[in-house]
Amino acid sequence: MFSNKYIFIYSSVMVVIVAILLALTSTLLKPAQDNNVKMEKMQMILKSANIEVGFEDAIEKYDEVITSEIVLNTKGEVIAEYTNGKFEKGDVRAFDIELKKELQKIEKGNPEDANLPLYVFVNKQDTLFIIPIHGKGLWGPVWGNIALKSDKETIAGVTFDHQGETPGLGAEISESKFQEQFVGKKIFDENGSFVSVKVVKGGVANSNINPMYGVDAVSGGTITSQGVDDMIRECLINYENFLKQ
Amino acid sequence: MSKGNSLFSPANKKLLFGPINMNNPITVQVLGICSALAVTAQLKPAFVMGISVTVVTAFSNLIISLLRNTIPPRIRIIVQLVVIAFLVIIVDQFLKAYVYDVSKQLSVFVGLIITNCIVMGRLEAFAMSSKPWPSFLDGIGNGLGYSLILIIVGFFRELLGSGSIWGYKVVPQAFYDFGYQDNGFMILPPMALILVGVIIWVQRSYSKELIEEE
Repeated sequence: MFSNKYIFIYSSVMVVIVAILLALTSTLLKPAQDNNVKMEKMQMILKSANIEVGFEDAIEKYDEVITSEIVLNTKGEVIAEYTNGKFEKGDVRAFDIELKKELQKIEKGNPEDANLPLYVFVNKQDTLFIIPIHGKGLWGPVWGNIALKSDKETIAGVTFDHQGETPGLGAEISESKFQEQFVGKKIFDENGSFVSVKVVKGGVANSNINPMYGVDAVSGGTITSQGVDDMIRECLINYENFLKQ
Repeated sequence: MSKGNSLFSPANKKLLFGPINMNNPITVQVLGICSALAVTAQLKPAFVMGISVTVVTAFSNLIISLLRNTIPPRIRIIVQLVVIAFLVIIVDQFLKAYVYDVSKQLSVFVGLIITNCIVMGRLEAFAMSSKPWPSFLDGIGNGLGYSLILIIVGFFRELLGSGSIWGYKVVPQAFYDFGYQDNGFMILPPMALILVGVIIWVQRSYSKELIEEE
């Protein structure tokens, strides 16, 4: 039989060994995983500009079509600009900014410190301004990108993703069926004041909201839809000064 | 077990190949059904899931078999769980590093290998009382038996549900032009259950000894 002492020592040693091995694996694989996260972010940015690329081609295509990365403050002034692989101004790449932290600064009442990322996409037809967004869903964070046409008010495309919204309900926000609704909507009204795009529970057609500024929410995903609505409004409003220029 | 040529003795071969057909964990023992339903809408995730489970069953069997004489019986389940969880986390980390897109599709189901009855069942039933090499073979065998069913189900669900195999379109556009439609029902989990049922039916009408006596 095994004594209690043996059992205690056995389990302690086992746990320590397992912890060391796991820490080691995690450290070794971190660079590869980070690289994947980076490629996925690029893929998402491109997708909002309606460019579908495979995972492996994301970096190449991104470098080709995203001509500059701009960092703005809430007044709409350019803090840093990274164009064609070198810094024109400042020393922060929009791509490396953690949007969540910047939004927290604004929430805490220090909007002047916030660095807002913006990607400029250029192809033969148009110049698009791609704005990354971040917010809260029901179970965890939701995030995405909104691409605005060169008029800085019409939406050319959006992407949303989420960490763990309910499959079949809230998780539908990452499906193209939901995202396609946003194409062509405007975020400023005729008078030029910011209205955002509302995600309307029960459908835009049944509400008194102008269909130009609203889309249908996901059935059964009310809180996630509300989260998307808040996210779009709260993130885009920071860019209002820039977009009105 | 004597040394040398007995590495693949008939008894060991039976351990390796038995679970693929006559003692299949899914169709005969009816274990691991949950993940078989969840990850088989397409072939690629089903394949990756199969490999992951095979790695976990093989190495957890091996490790537990090596440790079997040192494990205090009172905490044996805890020790088994630690070993399984350890391997699953490593597999998950590898998937995230090297097949990120599939890892996103599999999402929680990789983590849920920990609770897969096949893994723990083999540890309790076999590895705790067998030598390392046969245990390792038993783990691989059961993993392959599980993978085989997942791959068959994944193949048919992707072919009939999305008209593609491994992400490549195989149903020609001409079919769609004539009015053929992908069966959306195939994408939903219940169809996996029905397909598993069909596989069990085919297997039992082929191997009569699997049919229980009344």
